[in-house]
Amino acid sequence: MRKLIYISMIIAFLFSSVVNAQTAEELVQKVKEKFDKVNDYEAKGKMKINVAFIKAPVATVKVYYKKPDKLKINNESGISLVPKGSINISIANIIVNSAACDIIDAGKEEKTGLRIIKLLPRDEGADIVLSTLYIDEKKFLVKKTRTTTKENGTYELELEYGKYAEYGLADKVIFSFNTKEYKLPKGVTFDYDDGAKKGEPKDKPKNKKGKVEISYSGYIINKGVPDAVFL
Amino acid sequence: MFQLLKIELYKIFKRPRTFIAFAVITAIILLIQVALKFGGEEYVGIMMSGVNSAFEAPTHEILNGYFACFMILNLLLVHVPILVALVAGDMISGEANMGTLRLLVSKPISRTELLMVKFTAACIYTLLLLLWVAILSLFFSMFLFGTNQIFVPREDQANIIATSDIMWRYAAAFVFAGIGLITVGSLSFMLSAFADNSIGPIVATVCVIIVFTILTQMEIPFYNSIKPYLFTRHMLGWKGFFYVKGVDGVTENGSVENLPGIIRSALVLLAYSVLFLSAAIWYFKRKNILT
Repeated sequence: MRKLIYISMIIAFLFSSVVNAQTAEELVQKVKEKFDKVNDYEAKGKMKINVAFIKAPVATVKVYYKKPDKLKINNESGISLVPKGSINISIANIIVNSAACDIIDAGKEEKTGLRIIKLLPRDEGADIVLSTLYIDEKKFLVKKTRTTTKENGTYELELEYGKYAEYGLADKVIFSFNTKEYKLPKGVTFDYDDGAKKGEPKDKPKNKKGKVEISYSGYIINKGVPDAVFL
Repeated sequence: MFQLLKIELYKIFKRPRTFIAFAVITAIILLIQVALKFGGEEYVGIMMSGVNSAFEAPTHEILNGYFACFMILNLLLVHVPILVALVAGDMISGEANMGTLRLLVSKPISRTELLMVKFTAACIYTLLLLLWVAILSLFFSMFLFGTNQIFVPREDQANIIATSDIMWRYAAAFVFAGIGLITVGSLSFMLSAFADNSIGPIVATVCVIIVFTILTQMEIPFYNSIKPYLFTRHMLGWKGFFYVKGVDGVTENGSVENLPGIIRSALVLLAYSVLFLSAAIWYFKRKNILT
């Protein structure tokens, strides 16, 4: 019995060594293989915008994706406000373009144990300067990304997975981005001054980070999405 | 009294001047709607300039009937008071000018009752004009541009309101605008009681509105202390129904950011109306109509 325990411990150690031994390139390739299963999808979800200068209702959205990099977010219930650059830095786009990047292994995140992989685009003219992926190396899932761009600062994606994890598709995506100051001339808006003391409203987020959260209720995968949707 | 009101309404609606206001309103609203229909995307772009830095927003979704109506009211409700003054400013001074005031006062009703009937007739005209504005700016815009959520641009933020949460706000906004226009009507009516010709009260009302509106919009600290007393500032209270509360950036359906502030503005406007009407009655009861 003791022998059996020793043998299983040795096997477990060897297996974990093999997993750890995965190079960054291999890990990215494995993640890409998951995405490669998806040619297109149509997903339903709820989108919540949390930006200092916007108050908007929770939107019922349909998200369309088609290989290699087409992504469209449509608000079924109203005005489709889509964060600028969100399409270019979508997780699928980052992974698809990983071939054009130098892949650097940056070790593991202490708290979560996620593998940190940095993607440096070889094209110096590209808007994306650096993408950092935090990957669950057992499930081959990207849990977090941080993308720095030349024009629009840093974007972050946080992803939570559920029943579509086998395709690398998240159930919940939180997209964080930098926002700029919002100001319109009073002569244009003719605002009503209700006599309330001016200052930061209580319900206004303090920092200049905007967040968009999409919670998906379901995906229709590989059933075809017409190109007209992306126009 | 009712008979007298019918006569006053007949007098108002038999004058071509009355219909000038309706024609002007129709022309302005149609011109704005045509401009928005064929070149509205550029205008929406200006209104979206604060949001465009962070978001991509399809202008065709923003440019809908509700948004068009909001923009029309934004441009128009500064000018409608001038059209209200055209009729309200003529209610008493017009009679004095034509020499029919003495005849009117000789009727077996008190001067106060006479003024109340005339004021009621002016209010009915004002509300009909506002109803016409509502039909053209809201319902015709909905027909022309369709409906969607409304995007409300403000100086320091933008509010987006769900489609199902808009119509009651417009109803409330038009009721509020009615209170504001009646205040202008009562100012014009009071000046009309003081004068013996129509031009004076109409021009004086227009001047007061222009000066007060400029003072309301000017960001000079010296004038900030008088702003709460300017009725033109409170007249913008209709917009307050489109300023919503939010939790973590999410609009609360059915909410109004500062309802007490709007109610206070409505009360200030009503107080002004009562003040102007009382002054008109006080003066008219002592007015020498024999000269």
